[in-house]
Amino acid sequence: MELTPEEQAILGGGRGEAPRRALEYQVEVGRFWGARRMVPVGNVHMMGDIEVMGDAGLEFIKNEVKIGARCVVPTTTNARCIDFAQCERLGQDPAEVAKERSLIQFMRRMDVVTTDTCINYQTVYQPHLGEHVAWGDTGTVIYANSVFGARSNFESGPAALAAALTGRTPEYGFHLDEHRRGSFPVELKANLDDLADWGAVGKLVGEAHQDYFAVPVFHGYRRTPSADELKHLGAALASYGSMGMFHFVGVTPEAPSVEVALGGREPSERLTITEQDISEVFKSYDLGDGDARLMVFSGPQQSLFEMKRLADLFHGRKVKPGSSCFVTTNSAVLAQSRALGYAQALEDAGVTILEGVCFYILQNLSPMREKNRWTNMVSSSAKIVNIVGAHRFNAILRRTADCVDIACTGSLR
Amino acid sequence: MKQIQVDQAYGPVVEGEALVSEEGFSPRYDLDRWSGLITRPGHKLEGASIVDKVCFFPTAKGGIAAGWAFYDIKWKKIAPKAFVFGVTNPVMVQGAVFAGIPITAGWNPHPRRVVRTGDWVRVDPGRRLIEVLR
Repeated sequence: MELTPEEQAILGGGRGEAPRRALEYQVEVGRFWGARRMVPVGNVHMMGDIEVMGDAGLEFIKNEVKIGARCVVPTTTNARCIDFAQCERLGQDPAEVAKERSLIQFMRRMDVVTTDTCINYQTVYQPHLGEHVAWGDTGTVIYANSVFGARSNFESGPAALAAALTGRTPEYGFHLDEHRRGSFPVELKANLDDLADWGAVGKLVGEAHQDYFAVPVFHGYRRTPSADELKHLGAALASYGSMGMFHFVGVTPEAPSVEVALGGREPSERLTITEQDISEVFKSYDLGDGDARLMVFSGPQQSLFEMKRLADLFHGRKVKPGSSCFVTTNSAVLAQSRALGYAQALEDAGVTILEGVCFYILQNLSPMREKNRWTNMVSSSAKIVNIVGAHRFNAILRRTADCVDIACTGSLR
Repeated sequence: MKQIQVDQAYGPVVEGEALVSEEGFSPRYDLDRWSGLITRPGHKLEGASIVDKVCFFPTAKGGIAAGWAFYDIKWKKIAPKAFVFGVTNPVMVQGAVFAGIPITAGWNPHPRRVVRTGDWVRVDPGRRLIEVLR
């Protein structure tokens, strides 16, 4: 790789041991991908919670602090695995709760801004067209690349932390024009009136093309999609297809037309998604034993507008006794939801709001499932339906209003 | 000797028993990170252990979590010897490099034609080569 004099100085230890190790690691990753150089990043978003890091990761972070690691660009954190206000009720392990607290303190000593959110793009930082960033989780990356036209690869926790310490990342993947060109057009003929429908589109396209470098180009939709709709589309494409970018003609900044989005590339195929295709997705789920006692609105965390919609749908209704309904959001959205009465409306209906977490990464989720004898999990998020399987849930995707009905009636259809 | 040429590779030479999957892999979605068993219901390797194996996966799925997860399973001594991917994504590579687990991507011929689960294989990232020893 071609390294600048400054980068060579970092590798020589001129800025300390932590950035030296970080850059050495980044160069190794860059070499794998054939990166020619490093590019400066304007913002870093990293995953760092005790559930995924484990004791090994905690020890690593402790050592980083010990050797003087400090972020040199603004750096935020993704959703975590412990809700400190609800952890006792959830039966989360006190030892792991203590470790999560400790981890947060170590992060702050490195100048990490612990926002604990997977919707940083809706609430914290919106990079501009062409800005290089180093973000994870996947939902944040696909949103940054697609909707903002910023440039990021999926950066896992250690890679994002390395970028925070060096202020740069290897130039490969979506940092390069050649990987940002569309691969195939997808005509959207379906109505797509609910967020779950957008997740279903992501499932249909993602499942059939499990390729990080496949970039679908959506076109032909009857109206302009909202930020929340693009969020669910992106989160599902990233989850089912491991995809890091999409174009949406007339909506995303690098797609004024299908032709421009494809950038001269001959499409590998052409897809059309109809109302019938979306209906088939909802029909495809095995309802198992019919258990309807667990409803989850999470993955990604809810925006303020999603909180408002849920508050409206739950107004005057109650979650069925014996059932549990969880909503996850970040502290900023929760504070506004409290001020605006949405949180109260949800809590009056018996909904549990979790702050700063995502449901599928909750510490102790498998034991929680066993203790409650949950077999099914119902959600409006296609992403969480895809990924909660590792905890042995049978997960079922339903539209938002149907989810509220199921939570209140206990009847799974 | 049967061989597979790979396009991209990182890590030292290792040998181990092959675990060949027809389905992609995510350490977050598919794996129990305490036992090293693939636990997602319906995964084609459900119930199989990745511990000390040379794991052949056609694709990488999902998530950012691999970065910490690979380091975590290495620390718990339940990591595979190497990951051999058909198509991979940055997270798998970042995670493997961070944990010091050899990783390769791109293959010719397809492992289906030359290697079976249980075969003993050598992964040689420097030569971008996988050899089926028996």
